[in-house]
Amino acid sequence: MNLAHGAGVILAKDDLSEFGNDPWWLWLVKGVLIFVILVVLTLFNIWAERRVVARMQHRVGPNVHGPFGLLQSLADGIKLALKEDVVPKAADKVLFIIAPVISTIPAFIAFAVIPFGPVVTVPFTDIETPLQLTDMPVAVLYILAVASVGIYGIVLAGWSSGSTYALLGGLRSSAQMISYEVAMGLAFVAVFLYAGSMSTSEIVAAQERLWFGLILIPSFLIYIAAMVGETNRAPFDLPEAEGELVGGFHTEYSSLKFALFFLAEYVNMVTVGALATTLFLGGWMAPWPLSLWDGANQGYLPLLWFLGKTMLFIFFFIWLRGTLPRMRYDQFMKLGWKVLIPVALLWTVAVATIRAITLDEGIDRRYIIGAALVAVLVFLALSFVGEKATEEEPEEEPEFDAFAGGYPVPPMPGQQLPVLTSVTGSTGTSAGAGDTDDGGAPVSEEDRGA
Amino acid sequence: MSAVEVLFALLGLVAVGSALLVVTTARLVHAALWLVVTLGALAGCYLLLAAEFVAWVQVLIYVGAVVVLLLFALMLTRAPTAAEAGTVTANRPLAAGLAVLVAAALVSSLVAGFRDVRIDLDDSVVGSAETTGEALFTSWVLPFEVLSVLLLAALVGAIVLSRSTRGGGR
Repeated sequence: MNLAHGAGVILAKDDLSEFGNDPWWLWLVKGVLIFVILVVLTLFNIWAERRVVARMQHRVGPNVHGPFGLLQSLADGIKLALKEDVVPKAADKVLFIIAPVISTIPAFIAFAVIPFGPVVTVPFTDIETPLQLTDMPVAVLYILAVASVGIYGIVLAGWSSGSTYALLGGLRSSAQMISYEVAMGLAFVAVFLYAGSMSTSEIVAAQERLWFGLILIPSFLIYIAAMVGETNRAPFDLPEAEGELVGGFHTEYSSLKFALFFLAEYVNMVTVGALATTLFLGGWMAPWPLSLWDGANQGYLPLLWFLGKTMLFIFFFIWLRGTLPRMRYDQFMKLGWKVLIPVALLWTVAVATIRAITLDEGIDRRYIIGAALVAVLVFLALSFVGEKATEEEPEEEPEFDAFAGGYPVPPMPGQQLPVLTSVTGSTGTSAGAGDTDDGGAPVSEEDRGA
Repeated sequence: MSAVEVLFALLGLVAVGSALLVVTTARLVHAALWLVVTLGALAGCYLLLAAEFVAWVQVLIYVGAVVVLLLFALMLTRAPTAAEAGTVTANRPLAAGLAVLVAAALVSSLVAGFRDVRIDLDDSVVGSAETTGEALFTSWVLPFEVLSVLLLAALVGAIVLSRSTRGGGR
């Protein structure tokens, strides 16, 4: 990272000269601090999630260990560490052990470029340093790239377990993360266009007057949907759908390896929340009424605003989990590929056009906003017309018998009835169960009579 | 040799070594994983050449998307964790010879084309997002467009393939 960073400072047109001047011990302190903050936040978030969800469900939640049950996560962690570490016989041993590590490390190192605050003076010295481990001209790309490496942990965990449930869970989550990463990346493009940079500190600086979350609302909404999909959280927690897949990709994991996956999930939640804060909610800048006071954005105080905004996202995650039921897998994929990505593409083109026009010609913004409104109205009208046509179609499809094979199964869109073979019939008594002239039933009755 | 050169050589060795493992390992999933190592080492080489933007895009697209999709397909069709028989065909020497020939052609054309080009890593602007974009959309715009048409054709092809099997099933 050091080398890459050194090159970045020279190549950048952005002013990143504040970075890369720290003495070695300060690097170490910052790195360890980030690690400690993330681990402590994980312990806190697990407790907070259990307490908040409990409150939403009229329960109490963990309240025994320590004040308000705050030490519950610690107790759980120690319990997990003392469990037996099981490695299945059919597992690919090396990958089985590496997978949780691959999943955890990217979650942590993405935080290297997240700005916690402005340039401050280190206590007891006169060294000035930004509250950020490092920055580079393509910092947001770096976060995306690192997050995409984290997918390998899940894919490999699913595959190397040698178990069907784990494999299916791993496949689901990898498909999910890839699909939603596309939408996530597209949501960022508008931010890059407005900030004129991909460096996180420059993006925060560009939001001094107005948060991007307020002017780029579609991008913000797309990002929020994508970040929930990317972290495999409810209502998009299909990879761990207990009713279908037991535990998903980590079904076969126990003890500390399981704890690592848990850690990775919660650190990822903090990472996407922090990224949303940085890109859309002004990073460490104080929120509006407070920003009128000059001291709010100086010294170590911004750390508070940053953590506050990030915790807001964590609460949002918990709130979603407490509120929404899990989506069905095909509906989820449809949302990703047929709604989020096209909308994100259209929005990106619109933003690029508006930016190009305002930067080049300086046309009055009111005309552009008016034209955009008309376009949106036309688009909405068209989509409503289209919707009516598609809504009428499904009625023509034959009704699906949910109990066709004796098991209740929800139909996939356009799914046909399976051809059933009579269990008791001797030969050639297959017929569609949905057929009106009950082909299979008489035979079995005859058999019973014989 | 400077530290950067030593690192570059080491990364190159890693890339070539893992590339060899890709085609020789008996497990298909392991082959895909060695491919990840190869592509990651290449990204490291780009970083050392101060092409930061290209390096992270390489990780994002090739490591993060292409190989994951490859793994995805492998797991859907061949899931066993044990080594498989039948991954070695009789065409192996022929394939090896062809690979060496292609590599020789590529290396010789690269050497012929860029022998005298030197990059000053200390104060150059070869690799930033801005210079990459400018080069891509001015001097290299034709190959870029041709490639995008190729990708579009692949996309349409994939859609046609998946639709026709579905229609046949009904």
